[in-house]
Amino acid sequence: MVSYLIRRLIQSFFVLILVTILVFAAMRILPGDPIRMLLTQNQEAEITQEQINFMRHQYGLDKPLYVQYFIWLDGVFKGDLGRSILNHVPVANEILRRVPITLNLGIPAFLLGIILGIPAGIICAVRRGKFIDTLVTTLANIGITVPVFWLGFLLVYIFGIHLRVLPVQGYTSPTDNLLLNIKQTVLPIICLALFPIASTSRQTRSSMLDVMKQDYIRTAWSKGLQERWVVVKHALKNSLIPVVTLSGMGLSMIMGGAVIVETVFNVPGIGRLAVQSVFSKDYPYVQGVVLFIAIVVIVANFLTDIAYGYFDPRIRYN
Amino acid sequence: MPGNASGVTVPPPRLNEFKRFRRVFLGRGVVIFGLIVLLFFIIITIFAPVLAPYDPYEIDVGNALLQPSRQHLLGTDAVGRDILSRIIFGSRTSLFIGISVVAISTIVGVVLGITAGYYGGWVYTIIMRLIDAYMAFPMIILALMVSSLLGGGIKNVIIALTVAMMPGYARLICGQALHIKENDYILAERSFGASNFRIMFLHIVPNCFSPLIVMVTMMLGSVILAEAGLSFLGVGITPPTAAWGSMVNEGRPYLLTQPALSFAPGIAIMLVVFAFNMVGDGLRDALDPSLRGTL
Repeated sequence: MVSYLIRRLIQSFFVLILVTILVFAAMRILPGDPIRMLLTQNQEAEITQEQINFMRHQYGLDKPLYVQYFIWLDGVFKGDLGRSILNHVPVANEILRRVPITLNLGIPAFLLGIILGIPAGIICAVRRGKFIDTLVTTLANIGITVPVFWLGFLLVYIFGIHLRVLPVQGYTSPTDNLLLNIKQTVLPIICLALFPIASTSRQTRSSMLDVMKQDYIRTAWSKGLQERWVVVKHALKNSLIPVVTLSGMGLSMIMGGAVIVETVFNVPGIGRLAVQSVFSKDYPYVQGVVLFIAIVVIVANFLTDIAYGYFDPRIRYN
Repeated sequence: MPGNASGVTVPPPRLNEFKRFRRVFLGRGVVIFGLIVLLFFIIITIFAPVLAPYDPYEIDVGNALLQPSRQHLLGTDAVGRDILSRIIFGSRTSLFIGISVVAISTIVGVVLGITAGYYGGWVYTIIMRLIDAYMAFPMIILALMVSSLLGGGIKNVIIALTVAMMPGYARLICGQALHIKENDYILAERSFGASNFRIMFLHIVPNCFSPLIVMVTMMLGSVILAEAGLSFLGVGITPPTAAWGSMVNEGRPYLLTQPALSFAPGIAIMLVVFAFNMVGDGLRDALDPSLRGTL
């Protein structure tokens, strides 16, 4: 287990470095001079070439690209992601301020995916071909199809405009007003959770059916065990392995979903920040947010791999 | 009996391969439903100019925001364009982007995947770790970043989504290639002195056909969904081009008075993506007997 852990750690670190190179490179192939962009945002006045050269020197943009990369990387490791071109707010501070808001939506959605998705999948597998299986499977298939933003509008239309029971957008911190917070986050959480619930139930059903075919399940049946025990004690544990992987990926899906859901419901989280900074062409923000999300996903994948190796000893020796 | 394949699991002896395929593939109601929707979708795409009752780009402010009626079955939008016509023409945008992205990312992904899987060693390590790094970005974030660098428009959306979709193919083909290259017939081929190129593209790639065709079908749906997401965010297809995602967004201010503006294009997206997914499921069931009916 230790050697597996170390191998995984080295691999994740390698991927992390590659991600920083990708993000850095992506921002540098960008058309336009960052200094000119910086200047024209602030003062419309004419700028001499000398001033530009001076600023270029000041920002280290006259150094070779790989030196710039290492300077930037050094900053990243120290938690410095640069400052906004528009309002000079440090990018890292803004991201940290918004993380709890995205988590406020993301964690419940993630948990709902597991709490509802796994039992739904088990029921389908156990009652394969019965009405309940057909119903849940069809719903799950629709669930992975619905455009999240469209679902958002539908929910706003039903609950916000017609029934008038829930606010249609905005965000309030739970510490300021818990009740309003819950009311405002219900719809975004449903939107965000739909895909994880649907895909988890599909995956659970599929791997459960796979496991139910195994010899040891037949043995369990032949021992005369009740269905409940066959399912819970023998089948479930092994069929959850692929589900663990999927849940790890679920975090990535939720991060992606947050971009759209936060836009629909006007929630000032990380996803909204990503979209806003793309529109305002505030590249340090784009860079910071993308890097942050990628790091979160890498950490999640690493933890998933560890869980995977823990549950399934076969993985460790590959 | 939708969702149930148990009725077709007992094939008569010596059923020929194509008949078996057809039997399993068409054995589920939802798959047939998906095929019908896709057929319908393709017909609409081809005959859009004939089928659309109005010019989807003709602005007629005097007839803005009309409620659905006999003249305008789904009403008109804020500048008087006929919604139904825009949905019909939007199908072209979706299908064109879907096919382009899937075609390009399949080619790039297959070449990368087979190179990694066939050669193994450090080639494998470098390509697969790069793919891992790619996969650390949620698809929509990657597409958002690329289109923020390149701007909107059909061409850039295709580039953005190709970048986002390609790693999945590479991974799939790489896994398959690792598996297939161990077969005896590959060894036999090599002993005849076949070149690496020949083995890779004449023997391994054709053997990846089944999982590849399933993935291509599913990906067509995902790309259409992702394109709609980008257009919704405003970084995808730029106006006035008719695209389903941006139509949903344009309808937003009129949700109260004219919900069809947002909901109709959304239903179009759902139907088409659902159809692609179901046909993909059906193909998988039919092509891979070990998985039959489990997904």
